[in-house]
Amino acid sequence: MKRHLLSTADLDRSDALLVLDTAEELARVADRPIKKMPTLRGRTVVNLFYEDSTRTRISFEAAAKRLSADVINFSAKGSSVSKGESLKDTALTLAAMGADAVVVRHSMSGAPHRLAHADWLDAHVINAGDGTHEHPTQALLDAFTLRRHLRDRVETPASGAPALDGLHVAIVGDVLHSRVARSNVHLLNTLGARVTLVAPPTLMPMNIEDWSCELSYALDPVLPEVDAVMMLRVQSERMDGSFFPSAREYSRRYGLDERRLNLMAEHALVMHPGPMNRGLEISASAADSPRSVIVEQVRNGVSVRMAVLYLLLSGSEPAIGHQEGVA
Amino acid sequence: MTAVPTRPSDPSEDARPVLDASDIARALTRIAHEIVERNKGCADLVLLGIPSRGVPLAHRIAARLEEIEGTSVPVGSLDITMYRDDLRTQPARTLEVTDLPAQGIDGAVVVLVDDVLFSGRTTRAALDAVSDIGRPRAVQLAVLVDRGHRELPIRADYVGKNLPTSLRESVHVQLLELDDRDAVTLGMDGDVLDHGHDAGIAGVGERE
Repeated sequence: MKRHLLSTADLDRSDALLVLDTAEELARVADRPIKKMPTLRGRTVVNLFYEDSTRTRISFEAAAKRLSADVINFSAKGSSVSKGESLKDTALTLAAMGADAVVVRHSMSGAPHRLAHADWLDAHVINAGDGTHEHPTQALLDAFTLRRHLRDRVETPASGAPALDGLHVAIVGDVLHSRVARSNVHLLNTLGARVTLVAPPTLMPMNIEDWSCELSYALDPVLPEVDAVMMLRVQSERMDGSFFPSAREYSRRYGLDERRLNLMAEHALVMHPGPMNRGLEISASAADSPRSVIVEQVRNGVSVRMAVLYLLLSGSEPAIGHQEGVA
Repeated sequence: MTAVPTRPSDPSEDARPVLDASDIARALTRIAHEIVERNKGCADLVLLGIPSRGVPLAHRIAARLEEIEGTSVPVGSLDITMYRDDLRTQPARTLEVTDLPAQGIDGAVVVLVDDVLFSGRTTRAALDAVSDIGRPRAVQLAVLVDRGHRELPIRADYVGKNLPTSLRESVHVQLLELDDRDAVTLGMDGDVLDHGHDAGIAGVGERE
């Protein structure tokens, strides 16, 4: 029985809370003189990155190293992939080298799922972002950050431990191309939060009505009601057409600037998964304002990824995530 | 979710009482006096309880130290899950709380507090954990019950009760902070023979 973390939809409420609680304990490791634990000694974690990334790759690398795992970094550039090697052959190579976990980022949606289920290698697969599909650890670190800051505002649920119950989060911008938005909508719903997606009609995905969240084409009316606003990056590299007339118009209608910041409640947080296009979806003054937790999101990313690696890899069977062969 | 809770279940019906509430209180008072005597006071002392039941025991000992010496002793908790040597043999475990005193443990005399000393593996893990968080001047070990069957060269400095046991038996410690009463009982554990060298860790009611 083998499990993977491919989508936040695979996590039920208790799984997600277990990750967050574990991350809370592991966050303390960052404050110690020796930021390392022997837990995953002898395990090999491969970072398989077919797409550029700074913080996610470094974050996974730091997380694995703090748990004493051996880390192999693989990026498509400068590897046999540029000679035309397929995902399958790369996977077989990794299997031959004894990878215990593969952290995969790929520009094609579904690549991690293929890797996990194609029987090419016997390793845990962790999705670090696939195309416009999912980025589960980003959603987990966002939930972790929200919970840390807004704990006092979370409602107590009828049963079980409080998660993010009753919070209202706006996800703003390029929802169409955003794996972060999709992962967050799943996870925030699981944890009891209310989500409003804000985007121009051209950047809303097809069948968005099926997502369990509210929709708005205008940002200003939403801002006073939310506990946090997640600004999404405008992903020009995935845009093969024109989705809005000009950057300036996008910024005027959907960018978070000083004026919009002042529409938000006193306690409300500003979040961004990075990398930011300063001046486009978020102004410098909003990104650097005291209510911005963008840098903290990066720090929390390491704790959350440590928790995921620990829960998937440390035991004889993983404690969370997608389970093969079980309905 | 398959994470294993570390809270032991209730002892079986036929469990034999070994220590009652007043026995436990007397044992902890004696341990506190021994700590003061051995360390000539309680300057530089830090008590670290090993979750779950070592933590309330550490707090109880600290309260007695304060009665005896009139100074308060810092108390913390030290989760050793990430340092266990049997992580791979079981599903991933839920972590317990690590909460260290603000002043840290550098140069201090750390007294580790646990409920049962058995194989010594928990203590071994705790020593590794301690060395990752600082460099104490000395580390000592206080346990409520020493049930023998060590698998490592480890001994306790302060023992509430030496309890000769067979490997088939299991020791249950219950404390008011976590359970409904203060008691130590000895029961039979039918599964224990199957656990091989993991006996104590997988046993029904034990921490070690």
